[in-house]
Amino acid sequence: MRRIISILLLVIVALGISLSLAKIPFGTPKTKVGRYYINKGIKETGAANIVTSVVVNYRGFDTLGEVTVLFIAAIGLGAVLTASGREKMRKTEPASMVLYTGCRLLFPLIIIFGTYIFIHGHLTPGGGFQGGAIIASGFLLIYLGCRERRISRLASNLAESLGGLLFVVIGLFGLVSGGYFLSNFLPKGTANELFSAGIIPIIYIAIGFKVGSELTGIIDNLIEES
Amino acid sequence: MIFIVSFLVVLMLVGAFAASIFKDLISAVIAAALVSLIASILFYFLQAPDVAMAEASIGAALTAAIFIIAITRTKRHEE
Repeated sequence: MRRIISILLLVIVALGISLSLAKIPFGTPKTKVGRYYINKGIKETGAANIVTSVVVNYRGFDTLGEVTVLFIAAIGLGAVLTASGREKMRKTEPASMVLYTGCRLLFPLIIIFGTYIFIHGHLTPGGGFQGGAIIASGFLLIYLGCRERRISRLASNLAESLGGLLFVVIGLFGLVSGGYFLSNFLPKGTANELFSAGIIPIIYIAIGFKVGSELTGIIDNLIEES
Repeated sequence: MIFIVSFLVVLMLVGAFAASIFKDLISAVIAAALVSLIASILFYFLQAPDVAMAEASIGAALTAAIFIIAITRTKRHEE
């Protein structure tokens, strides 16, 4: 009975959303703001990937808020799980040889791919959040395949703190030299080159480190607790 | 192209429905991860590769892992 009611409720919600969205034409025409970003984005920020120029440059302050939300979630999870009393690691049977070797071979490739994604965030699709999530999934693979391996809690916390600190310090530098928080004070260079777009790659590297270590910390807390 | 997208959307609906009716919670989590995976493919078709990447790594991999870790600490089957 409860199941039927919940499915009925979902159907009603889906109907409501689809009816309200049916009037909006799909894809075109673009809004004024969207057209502005597409026309002027590359020239103003120097980033070939317009999504990145919006996320880090035009809406950089929102990104700082997003990073803070993730940070608070990770802190809260760590506090709750630590307060409930950390148990000793249960004895788990080791993974099979195939899984162990596969994880050890795949792990460096995943880390390199994640690093590539956030370093090239201003050139190709992707960025700090995506790269960090990919790196965290690499660590998840290590936790599942090589059970006895543990990451250093100190190194993870250090990467997280330094990433957040770098973001805010760069924002403050922009406040001092450019007049507003997170202004792009470094030379923009030519678009489509690795060293271009001013502060965008630096901020994305900071976000990549921060998100990667945070998500790894969440998984680490949960696995150690179970 | 339209056939591929329709097939994926139907598969996504099947996955979402399966996630809500499965009694075995780990199967339900895997069905939910399937929904995320297909959503990321659809994002890629809609020319949003940034969102597709985030959806694939967070929605399909990390969320499923966190759910499975939580389920191993509680009961696997719903009553």
